[in-house]
Amino acid sequence: MLRVQNLRTGYGNLEVLRNVSLHVDAGEIVVLIGANGAGKSTLMNTIAGLLRPREGKVLFLGEPIQSRRASEIVSRGISLVPEGRQLFAPLTVLENLTLGAYSLPRKQRTLAVQGKLEEIWGLFPILYERRRQPAGTLSGGEQQMLAVGRALMSRPKLLLLDEPSMGLAPLVAKEIFLAIRRLRENGTTILLVEQNARAALAIATRGYVLEVGMIVAEGKSEELSSSKEIVRAYLGKDYKEVWE
Amino acid sequence: MDPSTILQYTFAGIKIGGIYAMVALGFNIIYNTTGIINFAQGEFVMLGGMFMVTFSRIMPLGAAFPIAVLAVVIVGCFLERATIWPARNGSVISLIMITIGGSLLLKGLAMKVWGKSSFPLRHFSSEEPIKILEATIQPQTLWIISVLLLVVIVLALFFKFTLTGKAMRACAANRPAASLCGISVDRLVLLSFALSAGIGAVAGIVITPVTLVNYTCGSMYALKGFAAAVLGGLGISTGAVVGGLTIGLMECYGAALPFQGASSYKDGIALLVLLIFLCAKPSGIFGRAAISELKRF
Repeated sequence: MLRVQNLRTGYGNLEVLRNVSLHVDAGEIVVLIGANGAGKSTLMNTIAGLLRPREGKVLFLGEPIQSRRASEIVSRGISLVPEGRQLFAPLTVLENLTLGAYSLPRKQRTLAVQGKLEEIWGLFPILYERRRQPAGTLSGGEQQMLAVGRALMSRPKLLLLDEPSMGLAPLVAKEIFLAIRRLRENGTTILLVEQNARAALAIATRGYVLEVGMIVAEGKSEELSSSKEIVRAYLGKDYKEVWE
Repeated sequence: MDPSTILQYTFAGIKIGGIYAMVALGFNIIYNTTGIINFAQGEFVMLGGMFMVTFSRIMPLGAAFPIAVLAVVIVGCFLERATIWPARNGSVISLIMITIGGSLLLKGLAMKVWGKSSFPLRHFSSEEPIKILEATIQPQTLWIISVLLLVVIVLALFFKFTLTGKAMRACAANRPAASLCGISVDRLVLLSFALSAGIGAVAGIVITPVTLVNYTCGSMYALKGFAAAVLGGLGISTGAVVGGLTIGLMECYGAALPFQGASSYKDGIALLVLLIFLCAKPSGIFGRAAISELKRF
């Protein structure tokens, strides 16, 4: 579904992504793990069209999209839930969600919005209760739910989630992961960036490890979560085991 | 001063303040979608008056009004596509300088087309002043107030209930997120220029019967309107209306202060307010300091 080939992106003199290639097949949840500054968000923003790559290709459903604008990429079926949620704080929950469907063709919009809203109220009932409140007044967890909901409104074929658990209390983060699991059951394809590697690998089918702009490991979730090197670097040591 | 004189100055203040409020609304619309201050805003007011004067010679006022507004809207769109759009990746400061250039350009063109003289326009209805409690009010003032009200109501409905209006607010709140929703920011920038050109034109058309119009009058409206926008808090519609009326009233009361030549200092009042607010409370009456810190210049 999504194929990233030899991607290089940077800001000014700084090259953040150095030759990144990966792919996501339909129905998969693929997780991208890596430390702060590894280039995870840069990669997501490049796929979504907020950043232009210097070299390389992003193929979506076989077509190159790396030179398209963000607003066109959404209408092709890729929706990004950006890092830090990026809601329209003064607008109400309902308005935020409605704008999520902006990219749909005008004729089917009203109907599609109704259907999608029902789905999102089902996924996150708390948003229905808060629908008339400005998005800025929601709690962190609710804001994240709204950000996911807004991205779902455009009926994406591929959902990009950038650190959905960032800054959330563990219990709230758990709730978000539950929702992601439910999305997968509904057949949404997801590319997920997470610092919380253990939780992410638990719901993902495959994973990539990004280190200073390069993919250093890839594999099935189980393989990654049992690889000693990755466990040591990203999942934290279990002191009961002896490493040396 | 006796109450009826105060009332008289109040009417005058509301009249001119309503115009400043509309100019300030125009500033806000462009500011919200692009982050820039469009210094050609005053020229939209001037052009509104000029086109209205020209069209009113060949058709009734009722028909000339919408056509004059449309003409200025086209000028506004043209200005955006020709000057702002090619430089859209530039910094906010360079875009603001471009609008100053645009303002000079429009002023020059207007001088070429209409010459340097001032033009009158007949009042919309009778010129017979209406007597209210010892003071009199011109019917044109009532027109200005109703047009301001109408503009504010239509704008509020537009921003609240239409998807495009919501998209413009979204764009003001968070531009990258707006493009992630599929909103084409370029198109909204064009629309915001069209809207503020239209509002500026409306202001110019309703004020011309009282003040006349010539090719230089735009700068003063831009200055006062900008002061009004800053006073109310840049980007805030309620602020624009309150700011505009406040500046209008202060000018008129200021002109009545009991010292020699008080009325010639009238234009300085808006500047004084602008300076005081920019130094002491740049976020304006309705702005929150936290938000103004996020503003891009």
